[in-house]
This record gives sequence, structure tokens and C-alpha cells, in this order.
Amino acid sequence: MNVYDVIVIGGGVVGTAVLRSLSAYHSKVLLLEKSSDVACGSSRANSGIVHAGYDAETGTKKAYFNVKGAAMYPSLTAELDVPYKKVGSLVAARKDGLPALTVLRDRGIANGVDVRIIERDEILALEPNIADDIVYALYAPEAGIVSPYQLTIAQADHAVVNGAEVRLEEKVIAIDKTQGGFVVRTEKGEYSARYVVNAAGAGGAEVNALVGEEAYVETHAVGDYFILDRKESGVVRTVVFPLPDERGKGILVAPTADGNVILGPTSRKVPHEQAEENAVTAAGLQYVREGVARLMKNVNVRSAIRVYAGTRTAIGSDFIIEESEKVEGFYMILGICSPGLTSAPAIGECVAEEIATKLTLAKKDSMLPLPASFRFREATPKEIALKAQEDPAFGRIVCRCEKVTEGEIVRAVHSPVPARTVDAVKRRVRAGMGRCQGGFCQPRVMEILSRELGIPMTSVRKGDAGSEIAPYEVKDGYETL
Amino acid sequence: MKHFDVVIIGGGPAGMAAAIGAREQGASVAILERDVRLGGILNQCIHNGFGLHYFGEELTGPEYAERFRKKVLSDSGIKVYLEAMVLSLTEDRVVTAVSPTEGLIELSAGSVVLAMGCRERSAGAIGLIGTRPAGIYTAGMAQRLSNVDGFLVGKEVVILGSGDIGLIMARRMTSEGAKVKLVMELMPFSSGLKRNIVQCLQDYDIPLRYSTTVTRVTGKERLTGVYVAPVDDKLQPILEKEEYISCDTLLLSVGLIPENDLIAGSAIEMSRITSGAVVDEYRQTSVPGIFSAGNVLHVHDLVDNVSEEAYVAGTAAAKYARGAIEDTPCMQVTTGTGVRYALPQRIHKGEGTVRLYFRVDKVYRGMTVTARSEGVLLKKKKTMVLAPGEMQYIEIDKSLVMGDVCVALEE
Ligand SMILES: Cc1cc2nc3c(=O)[nH]c(=O)nc-3n(C[C@H](O)[C@H](O)[C@H](O)COP(=O)(O)OP(=O)(O)OC[C@H]3O[C@@H](n4cnc5c(N)ncnc54)[C@H](O)[C@@H]3O)c2cc1C
Ligand SMILES: Cc1cc2nc3c(=O)[nH]c(=O)nc-3n(C[C@H](O)[C@H](O)[C@H](O)COP(=O)(O)OP(=O)(O)OC[C@H]3O[C@@H](n4cnc5c(N)ncnc54)[C@H](O)[C@@H]3O)c2cc1C
Repeated sequence: MNVYDVIVIGGGVVGTAVLRSLSAYHSKVLLLEKSSDVACGSSRANSGIVHAGYDAETGTKKAYFNVKGAAMYPSLTAELDVPYKKVGSLVAARKDGLPALTVLRDRGIANGVDVRIIERDEILALEPNIADDIVYALYAPEAGIVSPYQLTIAQADHAVVNGAEVRLEEKVIAIDKTQGGFVVRTEKGEYSARYVVNAAGAGGAEVNALVGEEAYVETHAVGDYFILDRKESGVVRTVVFPLPDERGKGILVAPTADGNVILGPTSRKVPHEQAEENAVTAAGLQYVREGVARLMKNVNVRSAIRVYAGTRTAIGSDFIIEESEKVEGFYMILGICSPGLTSAPAIGECVAEEIATKLTLAKKDSMLPLPASFRFREATPKEIALKAQEDPAFGRIVCRCEKVTEGEIVRAVHSPVPARTVDAVKRRVRAGMGRCQGGFCQPRVMEILSRELGIPMTSVRKGDAGSEIAPYEVKDGYETL
Repeated sequence: MKHFDVVIIGGGPAGMAAAIGAREQGASVAILERDVRLGGILNQCIHNGFGLHYFGEELTGPEYAERFRKKVLSDSGIKVYLEAMVLSLTEDRVVTAVSPTEGLIELSAGSVVLAMGCRERSAGAIGLIGTRPAGIYTAGMAQRLSNVDGFLVGKEVVILGSGDIGLIMARRMTSEGAKVKLVMELMPFSSGLKRNIVQCLQDYDIPLRYSTTVTRVTGKERLTGVYVAPVDDKLQPILEKEEYISCDTLLLSVGLIPENDLIAGSAIEMSRITSGAVVDEYRQTSVPGIFSAGNVLHVHDLVDNVSEEAYVAGTAAAKYARGAIEDTPCMQVTTGTGVRYALPQRIHKGEGTVRLYFRVDKVYRGMTVTARSEGVLLKKKKTMVLAPGEMQYIEIDKSLVMGDVCVALEE
């Protein structure tokens, strides 16, 4: 049996942050993820906002990790080559909203966040399309936007480059406590470790139950979104929120780190059985439309290229980040709802440090960097000419909308955490994320996957098992041209 | 930087016909095509029905393309760049492309013909409600997978939209043993050709429901079914009448969008109705020396019209390149009752005839199409049935035109 120092369960932004931080120590660590890729849970479908940190009540874990995490983003995303921009955020309020804004501002200051209240003129200078009746706003210049799935993937890749292992399509179904550790069982294998970290998101309570820890009561709330065509990108510059209410931070309008515009999310409670379904509803989308209209003008929802939904999992009002008192060596990172994305890097660092101390793991002098990336979209003509000469595949564009080359896709398939599905390719290189939504490139991406993975076309999947895209062969002779 | 008299972007039927037109004028020509071969969308249309007007016989898409391809490839005056994706076009006509064999390609052009075709509207664009499993395809993607790659996407099929590609795929999938349970169309009429409704649906007993849409899709990894409902006169679904149909495949045939990304934000004037450029009878855009033809200009239902239109554009582009097009004053072509758009949108004063292509906004019976200038009737044409899915034309004599021309339907 394979023996590890630590096993992390769950390949979301939290689990991969822990894994990456652990790989900074001399250690043998493994991450088990039930889906066909990392970043398939909440970390795939969220707003992608690096919150400044004025929302959470002072003194909570949410406030602590939010502020600490946000501060790590500039250097972390630069190191991992993940799209991130510090664009600032506004909480927009009408005439009667000043008291509520003041509460937020004071909380921000208490949390150590750079915030101030600005008035109409200054708001207009930042957001020319703000609704006419918005007269005050809480401005937080430190807020940012990030590609959440790319961050999750990059953290996992970086961990693997530094010696960690990631096993996909391995759902943890049993955990036995042994002398000095655990045996973790999946449908495919058995792994033993001295420490286990439960970062299983919506599956967290179930994993807890496997070791006899508390099966917390989780609440799940779905958020619906629109993503608009790049051509709308000029409509908003900062992250614009309404005043928060009891349901959360409300419907926001923001640029995305990849250059689109995001509208949403709602907050619809769903039962646990639907926590991974992520179905969009018509009513949800309508609620988003109305929320956007109250906040900003000239937002052209009709130029949406995609609608989607993601699900938050909460337990009580704060994050749970602690080692089990009942089961020694079992660490829980649960109920990581918003601002979980922002907090994840700080949570990862903190948890890894605690575990390393317990296991007396020594820190490495330095970490190996990720291999340098090439993005055609961002390259200069000279760089393109050079790269295409080196390898013609970098001169062959597969995704016309996002300008992704075959070379980039092949690389994604052979990256440290390999892309094995069409969706996994899409999350890594954006092929199929543009305005035609894969209408043109999907068959070509499938061909590349089939060739590079040595699997038949009929086995190429969109995502998890059962999502084969073209499962049958044509029997009538077709014409190969 | 290499120079060509005429640089053509896109090597589908439009690009090839433009090249032939330009060559007949003696121009040096380059075609930039991003695919591995010329032919465009025709390469995946292995059904019959192409060329009835142009060649007077029924050909398959690849056969129709082959006739042009042969001509283009055997002409040493046409340089064909394959796998060459055009990335940018400047107003002074520098075209930049990239290909695996040539790397970065930069060409300067005496004139440019845009012939990039169109793309399909996606599930995201229509805001499909529900989950996002495998099993939802644009009809054209499913067509490419079956006809070029040889793979069938599913066995129990529902089709949203009655565009031609959807209709043709209904027949194709049926012949492959799949069960096509329903084709539905949001509007009270089809956007497809009448002959396709007969030959692809009626002949196979595939039901077509008008004024009906998909309200929701279900399934986590693979599509398990769709909810469908009739819509009211504001096109809103009547949810009380929602009905569930189990299926593993949903094909979308909900519209084609001219592929004009390359000129987005440029000075070229665009039509909000066609989503293509505004052109004169030579298919010249508002930027002199830049021409547009085929599906990138407006979506055609018959390739024959594409070839004809592009030939005109290619011919004129060659003339422009050698300075042989005079810039005479233009008259506007406008639309009246019942006509959604007419193209070209402007014509030059002068001699000869010109065809005004147009589409109607709904189904009409027994109407007369008229072209009038300053109220004076230039031409009229009696029709039996006019449908939005079938492009029509009316030919006028330019010398009769006094001012702006209006195309309209009259009782
Ligand atoms: C609509 C929405 C908007 C949000 N917006 C923001 C925002 O703007 N800013 C911000 O900071 N935060 C935001 N969040 C919160 C943020 O997305 C989450 O806090 C974060 O993604 C949680 O990460 P995670 O790793 O805990 O969970 P997940 O990403 O859900 O990862 C858990 C993983 O565990 C796997 N798993 C589960 N059970 C098992 C098992 N038994 N065996 C193996 N693997 C298992 C799952 O497949 C999954 O991949 C938002 C969340 C939502 C839903
Ligand atoms: C499924 C289907 C069925 C049809 N059935 C019939 C029928 O039965 N009978 C009939 O007469 N007509 C039919 N038609 C209509 C006819 O085929 C089309 O109208 C015609 O192919 C359009 O020609 P085109 O050259 O404008 O576009 P396309 O054929 O789409 O060609 C455009 C070309 O431009 C290339 N291109 C685009 N952008 C770039 C770029 N940036 N750089 C380089 N190259 C680029 C593309 O790769 C493509 O090869 C059908 C069409 C479809 C889609």
C-alpha cells in the first residue's frame, strides 16, 4: 500500500491550496478527487472575486483568512501565472443607504481593510454606467478578480511539480483509523497516511461521517450567472455590488479576469441531493436581470454567451478550520462558502504549517516553478512567429474565438494534472469558452484528446464518466474528404 | 510583405467564387483558409441539393465544392494558404494570419474580399435553462461529427429550431438508426426551406411543432430529457402546458450569425438586421476596397446564390485593385411592408440590371413584390407563397432608378 504523510480529500481551491503549501515541505502528499478534474465543485462556478474583507464580522475566521488571503493574491497569481487583476470594488447605495454603508466601512476598518465612502462624482468617474439613483458607494481599492478554476488548477499543478500526487476519479468511500494514522479507501485503491485533511466541500459532512466525526448540517445555496461576450467588457471596470442583505452580497456586475462580464449570483436554497446539480432556473436568471438593472445601465444581458450556476455549502455562520478533537490527525476545512476563494491561499498556508509542525516536516529551501506557459492570445507577433517555428502546432489555431492553438491544448493534456476531458481542456486554455461556445473547436479538441490520450473518439468525454460526447460510430459510410 | 491584387479571407464557396471572378479580371489572388482544405461548410453537407440553379443538376456539398476547388487549385495565379487563420485586417488592407507551415503571414492587398461564412448560435446564447450535461449540440457540430469524423452523438433526439441544418440532421440521424422524437420551432413558421421540411421530416414522420420551445434540460453527466412548452404570442412559454420528453440528445438549430469578428469595431458600416456589412451592388462595404460576400454578408439558404454573389464581389474587387471602379453617387435601397431586409443596401447610378435580394418577415400568400423609386414602379412580381426561410430577389433596371429604391409587398 502507498504510504503518505498527508492525504487531502477534495480538489477544490481549498484542497489544492493545502496540497501546494504542503509540497513546500519535504513530504509525501496525495490529493484524492472524485471528479475527472480538479476545480469541479464550488471552485469552478463562483463569482471569482477576491474580496477586500469588509463583509465578514470582525474576529471571525472568515474575516481573518479573507484579509490574509487577499493580500497573498498579487504575488501568488504572478508566481502561478493565473489571470488576476486588482480592479477595486464598490458597494453601491441609494440615498437611504448611507447608514448601512457606514456599518460596512467601520467593519472594514476594524478588519484592517482599506475602504472609504465615496459620492456620486467619484463613483461616476469609476463607473460611468452606474444607475442614476446611486449616490454613495463603499470603495475598496484592494478588491480583485481572478479566474477561480485556473487558480485551482495552477495550485494543483504547482504541487505536483513539487512532488505531490493528484489522483482524479477517486472518490473516498471509507476511512479506517489505524495505529498512528488512517487507511483511506476509494473505489480504485487504498492509501495510508498519518494525516487526513477533509476539504471535500459539499461532500465534507459525508467524509466526516466516514471517520465518526460530526456529520454537520450543511446548507446549500445555488447561484445563477450570466457571462457576457467580451465585446461588452467596457461596460464595467470595478466589481459593483448592491448593499448586502440577509441572503448575501447580492447581484453583482463585474469584469472577469479573462475579459468577459459576469452578472449574478442568486442565492437559492437547495436540498443536499441537489448540491452538485448546478441547474440554472428561469426565475433565477430573471432575478439576476432585475438586480443588474437596479445597479447599472447599459448592461446588455442579451449578449450573454453562457449561463451557469454554482453551489455554496455553508455550516453555521463561520468557516470550520480545525483538527478534530475526536479523531487525532483528521483535519477539517468545511463550510467554506464565500469568501472561500479569497481565503483559500491563506487557509492552505496555515493548515499546512500546523500539520508540518505536528509531523515535524522540514521546509524546502525553495519550490520549483511551473513550466513557462505560452498563450497565443497574449503573445506578440514576434513571439508567435518564433514559437510557430519551434513547433508548428503553436501556429495552428483550434479555438478561433479565444485564439487557442493546438500546441496549447496538447500541453494541457500533458500538464502536471493532465486534462483528460473537453471541459478540463477548456478550463486550462479557454478553448470553447468564447462566443461560439465550442461550436467550431469541440470536434477538433476531441480529436486531439483522442490522439494524445490514445483513446477512441467515442470515449472522449465532456466531463465525468457517462458524459461521452459522440458515443457511437456512424454505420452508413460517411465521406472522408 | 507580399502583395496581391486581391486577398480573400475564407475559402468556402464564397471565397472560391470570388477568386475565380478576380482571376478572370487578371488579378493576382490569395485565399486564406483556416481549415485543412477549401470548401467551407460544404465539406460536411454530404446530402444532395446543391447546384440546382448554378449547374442545373443536383450535387452533394462536397461535389459542388470540388468543381470550384479544381478550378482554384489548377490556377497558378491563385495562391492558397491552408490552415491559415486570419487574425487581423487593417483599413489600409494589411492582412495578418498564422499557419503551422508558414508561421506569421502578412499580406498587403489591393482589395480584400471577406468570405468568412457564419457560425451557429449556441446554447449559451439562447440561455438554455437547467443543467449543462453532454448531449447538447449545435446541429452543425453534430453534422460535422457524423459527416466528417464518422461519429454519432446520440440515439434519442429532440431538435430545437427548424433551421435547415437541424432539418437535415433530423434525416441524417434517423437514417443512422436514431429516433428523432420531435422538432420544435419557437416561431409560428419555419426558418428552413420548404423542401427540407418535406424531405427531412414529413417523409420520415418526424413531428414538427410550431410556437414551441424547450423550457428546461435535465441530466447531470448526459442529457436525460427536456421539458417543452408552447409559447404565447409574446414568445413566452406557457408553463402550465409543459411536457417532459426523455432524450439523450438535443440539437440546436436556432440561427446562424455572420462571422464578422475580424471587422468588429472597424469603420465598416454594419447592418443590425443581417449582422453583415452594408454593401453596394458590387458588394463593396463602406470602406473602399473591402468587399464582402456569402454567409458573412447575410445568411443564404442556397449555395448557388453564394457563388453568384461572390463572383460579383471578386470581379469588382479586381477592378478596384487596378483602379477601375469609379465612385459614382449612390442611392439607398430601403424596405417597406413585409420585407425584413433587402441587399445590396445601396446602388450606384448607371446602366444595366441589378438583383435586389430580400427576405420577408413572416409567411405571406398571394402578394406582389414591388420595387419603387420615388413612388414610381420599377418592377413587380406576383408570388404564391413567400416564407422567411427562402431568400427572394427582384431584378431592376438601374437606368430607371430616380432616387432611393423601396422593396415592399403589396396586396
Ligand atoms: C455562487 C458562488 C459565488 C461565490 N463567489 C465567491 C467570490 O466571489 N469570492 C470568494 O472568495 N468566494 C466565492 N465563493 C466561495 C468559493 O467558491 C468557495 O468558498 C470555494 O470554492 C470552496 O472551495 P472548496 O475547495 O472548499 O470546495 P469545492 O471547490 O467544492 O471542492 C470540493 C471538492 O471535493 C470533492 N469531493 C467531495 N467529496 C469527495 C469525496 N468523497 N472524495 C473525493 N473528493 C470529494 C468535490 O468533487 C470537489 O471537487 C462563491 C461560491 C459560490 C457557489
Ligand atoms: C448544414 C448546411 C446545409 C446546407 N444545405 C444546403 C443545400 O442543401 N443546398 C444549398 O444550395 N445550400 C445549402 N446550404 C447553404 C450553403 O452551403 C452556404 O450558404 C454556403 O456554404 C456559404 O458559403 P460561404 O463561403 O459564405 O461560407 P462557408 O462555407 O462557411 O465558408 C467560409 C470559410 O471561411 C473560413 N474562415 C472563416 N473565418 C476565417 C478566418 N478568420 N481566417 C481564415 N479562414 C476563415 C472558414 O473556415 C470557411 O471555410 C447549407 C448550409 C449549411 C450550413
